[in-house]
Amino acid sequence: MSSRHAQLAEQFNADEARTNWHDQTLWWVRQKRDRAANTLPEWEQLRQWASDIKDHTLSNLHAYLLEFEKNALANGVFVHWAKDAEEHNRIIYDILQKAGVDRIVKSKSMLTEECHLNPYLQKKGIDVVDTDLGERIVQFREEAPSHIVLPAIHLKKEDVSDTFHEHLGTEKGNNDPQYLTHAARLHLREKFIQSDIAITGVNFAIAETGGIVVCTNEGNADMGAHAARVHIACMGFEKIIPKAEHLGVFTRLLARSATGQPITTYTSHFHRPAPGKEMHIVLVDNGRSRQLGREDFRNSLKCIRCAACFNTCPVYRRSGGHSYHTAVAGPIGSILNPNLDMKANADLPFASTLCGSCSNVCPVKINIHEQLWKWRQVISAEGLTDPSKKMGMKLMAWVLARPAVYRFAGKAARWVTANLPFLVKNKTWNPWFKQREMPEAPKQSFQEWYKKQQRS
Amino acid sequence: MYTVGLFVPCYIDQFYPQVAISSLQLLEKLGCKVVVPLNQTCCGQPMANSGFASLSKGCDANFIQNFGELDYIVCPSGSCTLHIKEHLHSEQFPEKATLIQQRIYELTEFLTDVLKLTTFKGSFPHRVGLHNSCHGQRGLHLSSMSELVAPVFSKPADLLKRISGLELLLPERSDECCGFGGTFCVFEESVSVKMGKDRIREHEQNQVDIITGGDMSCLMHLEGILKRKKSPVRVMHIAEILNDGYE
Ligand code: SF4
Repeated sequence: MSSRHAQLAEQFNADEARTNWHDQTLWWVRQKRDRAANTLPEWEQLRQWASDIKDHTLSNLHAYLLEFEKNALANGVFVHWAKDAEEHNRIIYDILQKAGVDRIVKSKSMLTEECHLNPYLQKKGIDVVDTDLGERIVQFREEAPSHIVLPAIHLKKEDVSDTFHEHLGTEKGNNDPQYLTHAARLHLREKFIQSDIAITGVNFAIAETGGIVVCTNEGNADMGAHAARVHIACMGFEKIIPKAEHLGVFTRLLARSATGQPITTYTSHFHRPAPGKEMHIVLVDNGRSRQLGREDFRNSLKCIRCAACFNTCPVYRRSGGHSYHTAVAGPIGSILNPNLDMKANADLPFASTLCGSCSNVCPVKINIHEQLWKWRQVISAEGLTDPSKKMGMKLMAWVLARPAVYRFAGKAARWVTANLPFLVKNKTWNPWFKQREMPEAPKQSFQEWYKKQQRS
Repeated sequence: MYTVGLFVPCYIDQFYPQVAISSLQLLEKLGCKVVVPLNQTCCGQPMANSGFASLSKGCDANFIQNFGELDYIVCPSGSCTLHIKEHLHSEQFPEKATLIQQRIYELTEFLTDVLKLTTFKGSFPHRVGLHNSCHGQRGLHLSSMSELVAPVFSKPADLLKRISGLELLLPERSDECCGFGGTFCVFEESVSVKMGKDRIREHEQNQVDIITGGDMSCLMHLEGILKRKKSPVRVMHIAEILNDGYE
């Protein structure tokens, strides 16, 4: 039985030309990342520092969160704590209601995706507009983002043109990116002006100052936050770093890892509301404290959401973000999502060859591929793997622990392959054979050959 | 003289005996005394990577019984070597397990770091493409990795370059995974095959005669795709090339 990821990936692969395009586009981003990293001889040192700072912070999270809250409050910011997605959404809705607002703009925040804020607010009659260009495109199409940095990377410019034609009335068949971006800009500008509340994500929250930092390339977070009367910033509580002086380590790594830029076009620092305005920060747990308590998986919380692990992942590039059926896809998603719902996401740690490229690009040195391996152990211990797979594994383990049985089984397997090929060469129940030939069965195994040699 | 235990992974034993024969002959040509423990089976990786490390106790015990007394263990597979290094476990003989983990070498690692092979007599006049298997490369550090900002090196490439007549060609993406991935190759069939096809395309662009590497499992997967499309390109384990090339 093939897993959900495998099925969705197979659908993705049905259009090979498109798969090639997806793979090559993201590989190009990976190459840009390599070039940017190689301009800094101290790159590996920076990764180590980033990792150390995050490790330290996670070990002292309680104290840093309280320090952050204290300083943010002193700056005149409202601070809210949300234990889960539901509470996060409710807090935001309450702020909206108090302000008497029914339309908001939102800049990119993977946390709000994780909490499914959009559908929640839409059900309550709130008009939510995503202002990141890629997010707006997928929002028009009622799709989820397929990548945490490049949300519409699964779409080609022709798809975008069609979408804009339908929703913004652009010329049919005009695929000129400049034309399309311009149309989006006009549309979004109007939304910015109309909106009284802006929601943004947070890239870094500095305990020492109570300030937050938002990194974007489009400036839409600033546009939103400055135009609106109320700014709500939502963050998973792992976004904390202790001091302002640590920030440089991360900003140097983030954009280089994400897109190969030396720095994001906008790195915006928010400390306090402008006179007459309001600023809120929502600190969200939503399973993070549970992950923090899992020794083998806690350091997945070091993640700064650069998506370098997506771009380098040979499986992600050839299966697309939607095959991961979660808000955060890719290798990091495969170690975060089982924590949120182990059963629904039991397939994800298996959607990897464990090649290890993800761990090597990760700017905060998360041992992603080792955690994928460990999740596999947890998932099968919880009985969440296919029972037939478990049976097969048990049988295999039994054979391989018994040298005589192993020799017999090996001989039998070779005999079947050689003499009853139709049993093996079957595309229906041997997935290997669908697109690959079977290895030839040799007359004798190495051990058989060796024993004969010894005798002669 | 080194006494070396040859660990032959189960699928090599059963389906690619010539890889083990080549490893044995090569080590003997290089002056090693090679011991082949005859009750060896498997490192246990197939179970462990599928989430059933708990089931590999029997394999672990059998491995320790076969290899516990040897000073050097050599294996013509980066993946199986890495598995032993990272996961061999024994409640009963923990010291033995640790010793084995220190004493096991992947073949090209052993040739380079222990035998310090620098000269190579013989020739192999072919265009050869090298496939870096992930476990050998990123796990055992047999070569530098394209993701890291670090000096470039490659143990297998250095060995191959020493063979006269051999023209070594690297694919454009020098260390992208081939998509084998153990049971991944059947449970994620479509992505697995697509990854393999993409590796092959790059090697074909280089017009290689042969694709080689240190892991027969990756090569078996690539071979399956090559044969299906009736490509003239062949696969050969690096042990076969080194043994053929060494007089
Ligand atoms: S796990 Fe590492 S590489 Fe992946 S998104 Fe997070 S920080 Fe970036």
